[in-house]
Amino acid sequence: MTTASLPVSANARAATTRRGKQTARRLLIGAAWLTFALFLLLPLLIVLGEAFKQGVGTFFTAILEPDALAALKLTLLAVGISVPLNLVFGVAAAWCVSKYEFRGKSLLVTLIDLPFSVSPVIAGLIYVLLFGAQGYFGEWLSDRDIQIVFAVPGIVLATLFVTVPFVARELIPLMQEQGSTEEEAARLLGASGWQMFWHITLPNIKWGLIYGVVLCTARAMGEFGAVSVVSGHIRGLTNTLPLHVEILYNEYNHVAAFSVASLLLALALVILLLKQWSESRIARLKTGAQP
Amino acid sequence: MSRSTSVIPGFGLTLGYTLVYLSLLVLIPLGALFLKTTELSWAQFIAIVSAPRVLAALKLSFGTAFAAAVLNGVIGTLLAWVLVRYRFPGRKLIEAMIDLPFALPTAVAGIALTALYAPNGPIGQFATQMGFKIAYSPLGITLALTFVTLPFVVRTLQPVLADIPREVEEAAACLGARPLQVVRHVLLPALLPAWLTGFALAFARGVGEYGSVIFIAGNMPMKTEILPLLIMVKLDQYDYAGATAIGVLMLVVSFILLLAINLLQRRIAHG
Repeated sequence: MTTASLPVSANARAATTRRGKQTARRLLIGAAWLTFALFLLLPLLIVLGEAFKQGVGTFFTAILEPDALAALKLTLLAVGISVPLNLVFGVAAAWCVSKYEFRGKSLLVTLIDLPFSVSPVIAGLIYVLLFGAQGYFGEWLSDRDIQIVFAVPGIVLATLFVTVPFVARELIPLMQEQGSTEEEAARLLGASGWQMFWHITLPNIKWGLIYGVVLCTARAMGEFGAVSVVSGHIRGLTNTLPLHVEILYNEYNHVAAFSVASLLLALALVILLLKQWSESRIARLKTGAQP
Repeated sequence: MSRSTSVIPGFGLTLGYTLVYLSLLVLIPLGALFLKTTELSWAQFIAIVSAPRVLAALKLSFGTAFAAAVLNGVIGTLLAWVLVRYRFPGRKLIEAMIDLPFALPTAVAGIALTALYAPNGPIGQFATQMGFKIAYSPLGITLALTFVTLPFVVRTLQPVLADIPREVEEAAACLGARPLQVVRHVLLPALLPAWLTGFALAFARGVGEYGSVIFIAGNMPMKTEILPLLIMVKLDQYDYAGATAIGVLMLVVSFILLLAINLLQRRIAHG
């Protein structure tokens, strides 16, 4: 072998590995596209396909009938109550976890996350045990003619339970990362507690807050298991949109079921867009913060 | 910073509010679950949770959740890798749509997957031709769970993958490592803790999942009946003690498994 042949063979080897890398790249991207189409795109398309199978007319009939509208109203009510309450809770929880050191903090964070690891059906069950006719407070409530389980309050409570962690979970890492030097400066310059919160903290956490609210809304709107346990399944009264989908489906009214489902799908896509948008704003804040 | 020296106000207010809110909404109601079980004697509790129908549901729930978490471990790793490492047409679309299972109500996912995998559905008919069922079998349950937990592994792996400098892999390759050796000795150790976290999240969610499963499962006692559904069945029969016992069983088994995964993770992280 001459000395000149050495670099040639090295080049050839490099070219082979490069070609190998190119093939691997193409194969992996192809596999990712296939997975995406099979697992995410197809379910989405079939919802729309089934909903519009008999034309646009039946679609609108299904989503505009009184029971569907009542279900939509109840879903909006559950979202409208649970999201603001969990928003205030999330800010308070993230505030005490990220701004102070105290004993038992990691236990507190675990407890905040707890509803994520409890089955939704169990979430419904615990309220039945408390407020149901044979529950711990059942007699007291029935004496006063208050109904919680199998009525609207139960649905709101179950929705609240499953959405407790969302806002807190987004805010805690964000606020820990930001630290509290800006707040301390504001305080030392004479700002009151509320002034500091409104003018310093809130603008800083705005996008994280929106992100958490978006996720919280998605879950509140779509919760099924927990709500199913505490709902009396009374059409027009205690049915949320997901429960309405179930009833229609079980009555073999598939077109109507998929029509209402595609309404929920549209809401889910809006939520994904909002999420993407708040995520990009958070990313911009982070890169903007670094000089 | 300790709270005694902090100039930032609101410690008592926020901590107090957090604790009261959590207690009223989460802790006291969950306490009721355990209080209710104390009404049962130990023997009664064992009799309920060792009934054949409960054991079959237990095996099915944990088995399908485990299978779905493993499947997610594979396709989640693939998606995370491709999304972080390559730029290609449609990447933004896939990236945005990964979270669809979290945004989509589970009941919608349930009926969509059932329509897809039912014996006469667009995919299910191929299975019928080959002589097996997807919907109304444990396979269908596994696929439904894979769908609803798809984002977990992808989203936990992505930031970790993005943080591994490519130079490390290139250095290994320059030192003569073959591609598989790079994966085995460089990538795998760095990714494993995050992978396990994603796996555990998917598994925990899968065990408790209800909405997406009940449509595709077929719900045959002993065969395709999951634990959360069994709780529902007991509740419909006003058997509150039975429902509670199964609920406690689920919480305890999940807790033990998550604890085990946590310990495994810690052992890996510390060499």
